Amino acid sequence: MRNKFGIGVAFVATAALIAGCSSDPEPAASASTAPAASTSPSDAPAIDGTGAELVVWTDAEREGALKAAAEQFETDTGATVTLVQKNFEDLRNDFVAQVPTGEGPDITVGAHDWLGALVTAGVVDTIDLGDKAGEFQEVALDAMTYDGQLYGLPYSTEAIALIQNADLVGDTAPTTWDEMITMANDAGFEDRPFILFTNGASGDGYSAYPLQTSFGAPVFVQDESGSYTSEVGMGGENGEAFAQFLYDNGAKGTGIFSDTIDYDTSNQLFADGESPFIMQGPWMPFFDDSDMNLVVSPMVSAGGETAAPFVGVQGFYLSSQSNNALLANDFLVNYMATEDAQRTLYEADPRLPALSALADEVSSDPITAGFVASASAGVPMPSIPEMGNVWDLWNAAEIQIITGAEPVSTWDNMVTELEKSLEG
Amino acid sequence: MSKDTAVAVKQPGQHPEPRVSHARNVRGMGWGFVVKLLVMAVINALGISIIMSAFNVEAWVILGASVVLLVVADVVYFTKRAMPLKYMLPGLVFLFVFQIFTLGYTGYVAFTNYGTGHAGSEQQAVDAALIQAEHRVPDSVSYPLAVVRDGDTIGFAINDDGFVEVGTADEPLAPVNGAAVDANETPTEVPGWEIVPRGDLFTDQDLQNTVVNLRVPVSDDAEDGSIRTREGQTGAIYKSTMDWNPEAQTLTDTETGTVYEASASGNFVAEDGTMLPTGWVVTVGFDNFQRAVTDTALAGPLLKVTLWTFAFAILTVLTSFGLGLLFAMIYNDQRVKGRRFIRTLFILPYAFPAFMSALLWRGMLNKEFGVINDLFFFGADINWLGDEWLARFAILWVNLWLSYPYWFLVCTGALQALSGETMEAAKIDGAGRWRQFRSITLPLLMVSTAPLAIASFAFNFNNFTIIYMLTEGGPAFPGTSGLGATDILISAIYKISGVSGGVADYGLASALSIIVFVIVGIISAVAFRQTRKLEEI
Repeated sequence: MRNKFGIGVAFVATAALIAGCSSDPEPAASASTAPAASTSPSDAPAIDGTGAELVVWTDAEREGALKAAAEQFETDTGATVTLVQKNFEDLRNDFVAQVPTGEGPDITVGAHDWLGALVTAGVVDTIDLGDKAGEFQEVALDAMTYDGQLYGLPYSTEAIALIQNADLVGDTAPTTWDEMITMANDAGFEDRPFILFTNGASGDGYSAYPLQTSFGAPVFVQDESGSYTSEVGMGGENGEAFAQFLYDNGAKGTGIFSDTIDYDTSNQLFADGESPFIMQGPWMPFFDDSDMNLVVSPMVSAGGETAAPFVGVQGFYLSSQSNNALLANDFLVNYMATEDAQRTLYEADPRLPALSALADEVSSDPITAGFVASASAGVPMPSIPEMGNVWDLWNAAEIQIITGAEPVSTWDNMVTELEKSLEG
Repeated sequence: MSKDTAVAVKQPGQHPEPRVSHARNVRGMGWGFVVKLLVMAVINALGISIIMSAFNVEAWVILGASVVLLVVADVVYFTKRAMPLKYMLPGLVFLFVFQIFTLGYTGYVAFTNYGTGHAGSEQQAVDAALIQAEHRVPDSVSYPLAVVRDGDTIGFAINDDGFVEVGTADEPLAPVNGAAVDANETPTEVPGWEIVPRGDLFTDQDLQNTVVNLRVPVSDDAEDGSIRTREGQTGAIYKSTMDWNPEAQTLTDTETGTVYEASASGNFVAEDGTMLPTGWVVTVGFDNFQRAVTDTALAGPLLKVTLWTFAFAILTVLTSFGLGLLFAMIYNDQRVKGRRFIRTLFILPYAFPAFMSALLWRGMLNKEFGVINDLFFFGADINWLGDEWLARFAILWVNLWLSYPYWFLVCTGALQALSGETMEAAKIDGAGRWRQFRSITLPLLMVSTAPLAIASFAFNFNNFTIIYMLTEGGPAFPGTSGLGATDILISAIYKISGVSGGVADYGLASALSIIVFVIVGIISAVAFRQTRKLEEI
């Protein structure tokens, strides 16, 4: 068999040699001229990859969807896709720990803000979506981009938005902070016109971020490619204006913000109709089982600029130590990046789709549309490792100002401390 | 797996010669022997299946340890000689697997810089640097591509707008005449080359890795970049800006000319101090231990955390012991009516899961909505969990509430065991109540409760649950340590390890764990020695 083949190759090679001597390159014979040629990709000659195995780590919510999406791939290639189910919270550390030992998977589900840790650990490979990149929302691709390189296939986005109780204040969405407060006051909610989640006394910069960006004070400055630099952007006048705003509405001002709102409290207050406005995400329980009339819209601006929430993106990462890189890329780019596969994922676990066409499709539901609109106005949560230094300082400064610390100096101290810690 | 087990279950039955004969010599086939045989069959089955899976994934350490343990188990339980070991072996095995091994591994990690940015080997860091530095040329289109081979030489055949070109790692792309492509524009026939079927690419991992790492230069000029494929069907032009020199152990940025050298701390560092993002694991000696006490951002908070850990553990034991003893003495008095019922009520906090209670208390202590402020302090906004000292007080209070029932139980039992005669003798000698308590009751009580108090100290020293569920260690210290006023050492270690997210430093966390282990070990050893004196009363 092998011998015959060798002779054949030699023969063809000789022919090629002779042909090669002759003249300019000539176009290849196209299949369209050959009568027996196939016409659609699905009829392409069957690939026999029997025995090849792709290991994919997933959490419970996505396991079913992945199984369904992997079926077509298994039929087409003969390879098997083995799904390993883990807790979502464990995926990041396990991936970092196990890829270097060679025990890791080929692909894992993950959140985009792990990217800094994954890149510095050297466990994640770049990915090339080619022309398909244009089909995804920009913010999702930006989130999966680190230092100018795309590292993951995004599939869902999430962001907080302004949720209002239409039974209390009508269904017109406000666009500015003052408008929102007036609406609430007119409806008789002077005590609690708006609920800002502060994680109790810990502070939560994430939830207040849309207000902060509306003053033009991003945590880190983004470069042209959308990647975050390590330059702190929340210092200076804009940041101080935001700090003043927090103070003016904190314990020593209007009292709208307080340091007592933890997760259950915020849910309860809103569900009980104690306040008409809350800024929260699609994960809030009252979407499932309430007969409240809710309106979801992008967060109002307090400082004049667009209120941009942090967008969290989830997707699939490729291991840098995979021994099945071709197979894994084929699976991700040619199967998981398709609209059908992404729809299957959405149906199994409804998160806002990263694929633009699908996001438009599911936006027929007004609540989903509100979150999609909010996310598309958002910025990816920074995934650079420097973000690890931010949270503690940032949350603490926010809560101190809300409880009545001198705003400008507290904020400036925080920025100085942060810059110092990033240098050394 | 089930198949393995099925085979393995038969194993003891198939080679029963030494065991069965030995058993017959002893006592014949008693029920005890049958049970033993069954238990050992299950253990052997389990052991062999572990050994087989360890072999499959090439985990040699686990394989070796499992073989040794299994052989030891069989020898111990099927020979006559090792009588004491028959009782001790299960305990010893658990000690080895869950304590010694964990301890040894923690010890190893404590001497490395394992953590965020240092996760793998140097070679893996180089791989990562090369991955990160290779960019797709912005205006490059995707070419339909087929992997081709000629003997051992692997190459790419691409379809550049109807013209098929072939190249290898050494030979830049060159046009080929007489090639054919299919409807997807993928080359299907290339004169002089054999098309590698995609199935082969997927099943042959060596071939797959060769293809993934193959870069076919577009032209003789390296500046033009080279063709790379990711899934074996399309190719695009990529350019790398990083060059690895294995002899010199340097990475060179070909665009800026910056040379990054491998440093002793496990990073590629340029002359001006800039670092590549990915580092690797190196052993760092006692650096982690040193950093815990000298790093200015860390040492201050860690000292406070250590002091609070001691204060928390000691005060918890003292207060809960005191309160438990007080109640025990009151409700041990014959004159109290309905003692049994009241005692049952006292045990309730002990019966709830601690983390649930802590979460409940967290809600009740909420400054604005909590019932504590509403009911007992006339709605005053007392910031129980947000103020440094109040938060510490709240922790002690809640832990007292959680743990005094334990001491109530223990002391009630110990009081009832005291001999009435001694007490009566004291009474006759004219000792007052206080004197009786100080000179008779307490010392006798201490004989049985002191070891428990030490155990309780060791437990509270590492009482992660209450800290994390009630305050998460907060309120935070100013600065970047991330630690807070109510953090105890174990919750500080949890935060530093980065398991919960953020920047991880497993090396430092392991070093601190070892320090905590040594502290608790020394204190317990010394204290247990002291309790012997109590018994000499």
